[in-house]
Amino acid sequence: MSVFLASGLSDFVSDAVDPQVQVDAIGLGAIYALMAVGIGLVFGVLRLVNFAYGQLIMAGAFALAFASDRDWPAGLGIALCFAVVLALSLAMERVVFRPLRTQSAAVMLIATFAIAFLLQSIALLWFGPLGKTATSLAQLNRPVEIGGLDIRKITIVAIVTAVVCLALLVALLSRTSIGLHMRAAAIDSQTARMLGVRANAVSTVSVLIAGMLAAVVAVLLTVQIPTVTPTFALQETIIVLAGVVVGGMTRLVSATLGGFLIGYASGLLGGALPSSQSQYLPSFLFGLVILVLLVRPDGLFSRTRGLVERV
Amino acid sequence: MRARRTALELLGPAALVVAAGVLGTFVSQTTEIYFVTALISVSTVVAIYVFVGNSGVLSFGHISFFAVGVWAAGVLSIPEQEKPATMPYLFDFLSSTTVGNVPSLLIAAAVGGVFALVVGLPLMRLSGLAAGIATFAVLGITNNILRYYEKIGPGLNTFSSVPETTDLAQATIGAVLVIVAAFAYQRSRLGRQLRATREDPAAARAVGVSIYRQRLAAFALSGFLAGFAGGLYIHFIPINVDAVYLDLTFITLAMLVIGGTTSLWGAVVGALFVSALDSVLAEMEDGMTLFGVTVDLPAGSRIVVVSSIMALVLILRPGGLTGGREFSLDRLTGLVRRRPPREATS
Repeated sequence: MSVFLASGLSDFVSDAVDPQVQVDAIGLGAIYALMAVGIGLVFGVLRLVNFAYGQLIMAGAFALAFASDRDWPAGLGIALCFAVVLALSLAMERVVFRPLRTQSAAVMLIATFAIAFLLQSIALLWFGPLGKTATSLAQLNRPVEIGGLDIRKITIVAIVTAVVCLALLVALLSRTSIGLHMRAAAIDSQTARMLGVRANAVSTVSVLIAGMLAAVVAVLLTVQIPTVTPTFALQETIIVLAGVVVGGMTRLVSATLGGFLIGYASGLLGGALPSSQSQYLPSFLFGLVILVLLVRPDGLFSRTRGLVERV
Repeated sequence: MRARRTALELLGPAALVVAAGVLGTFVSQTTEIYFVTALISVSTVVAIYVFVGNSGVLSFGHISFFAVGVWAAGVLSIPEQEKPATMPYLFDFLSSTTVGNVPSLLIAAAVGGVFALVVGLPLMRLSGLAAGIATFAVLGITNNILRYYEKIGPGLNTFSSVPETTDLAQATIGAVLVIVAAFAYQRSRLGRQLRATREDPAAARAVGVSIYRQRLAAFALSGFLAGFAGGLYIHFIPINVDAVYLDLTFITLAMLVIGGTTSLWGAVVGALFVSALDSVLAEMEDGMTLFGVTVDLPAGSRIVVVSSIMALVLILRPGGLTGGREFSLDRLTGLVRRRPPREATS
């Protein structure tokens, strides 16, 4: 790593400002931001860190692979992906999240850790370690040339989808009464319940929205990584979880920003590090995470110091 | 009376471990492997318990101390003439040093302890989710570096030709030593102060307990014990670095949670219970005849069952099998007489 600091720094900087690397990094950041919203939304309402979020994405990806195996049209495959992820989210909410609502954050985190491994091992039993391939949307991987840059269509799709999803979510949270209820429950769930917010409805809706986002991410990720294995999206989820905590879990905006930033940073490091050092990419990322947490334990963009008391 | 009860809190878990060790001498060579694995799991889970149980702070990073223990004991005890073949890029001081069985275990423990201390110096200021993620990050970095940095070890290859010195006797003695250390710590002034911060951080701080220092001490001790357990493990089975990453983190945390996070008894019971279950399931995956019926589970069923049980325990009995309480004869005889259990007093 000292070699990297001594000789590679100028190369690194010139690679990092390369527009090609920038666009890819933003595309990755957009996908990670969507995952961060899914995790942050559930945390806001239920005070629960869902470690099993990646396995929802994995399940959706297997649904896509299943459809692509049978040569179903892409639309039908995407519908199946949504159905599987939403059904699984609902089941998770009923069977695991609700009974644990009164437990400490640590117990809930470990419980979702168990669910994550459960789903992963079921996938392993079902599909084997080599997994399946989902190819029905592969044509999105072709590049288009815009202003001298080769941009893959999926990068554009990812950025547009992320922006649309976030806009819809903001509209839902600020313009509808269920959105208002969710915000109330996120700020003070007990008082909100006393004022007539139905806890079960709010928690179901937030888990369902998070599920929809997971399905969207499953579609976007399978285009880039068509080989779906039981550990699909596991690494990504770990990195996004770190990003969400780094951004600050207490507010949805800061969690989303954290997710985007860590995606952007890993895209940048991945694109700009020479290949001999890119194998240490996780170390750089996790090192950054630790540094940020030491300086701002409540997150980069958080306003309060509430997290310590809450958890 | 009180002294007797205290002594039982140590003797209970220790006796259970020794019983498992003695039982292991009566079974066939292939079954004995399960017993040794279970006893090493006890050491590992008790090591994690020393920090997680006493402080109440979740750590996903303890397997990184186990991993450096595996690395230190492995790299140092491979015979010198074997090293160039499996680890051609090794630093000179590593390739020219070979140590025996006991020294390599002590070095593994020391490396684990020092690593935990160094990591803990900054990280123990964090708590809650930030601490969970930061310890996870340490695990990620440790795995990443051991995986690719071939000047310090075999990289992704297996640590081969490590002398297989961990037998039933060593695993039992090791587990008992770790239990004694954990017990001595939790009864000590330091241990009690840390447990006070777990129950009520504000009150503990008000009577002058430094949360940071107490957590750091426990973190270092538990890293020391985890490194020792890692040393025992590499002297038992040749593994590679990916065998000491997420899956092991999951299974050891599952053991601790299923047994009961807040007691030494819970850590030991959880480790032995899950190991026993895991062994039976492993046999079933190979096809086992039970009362004339052949049970043949598909490979990979083990994690399905273990994670389901872990989730069930968390939902139905969040305190774990032992309810997070220490071993006590009263409760045991009470169970037999079917009396309702007493209220928790811890």
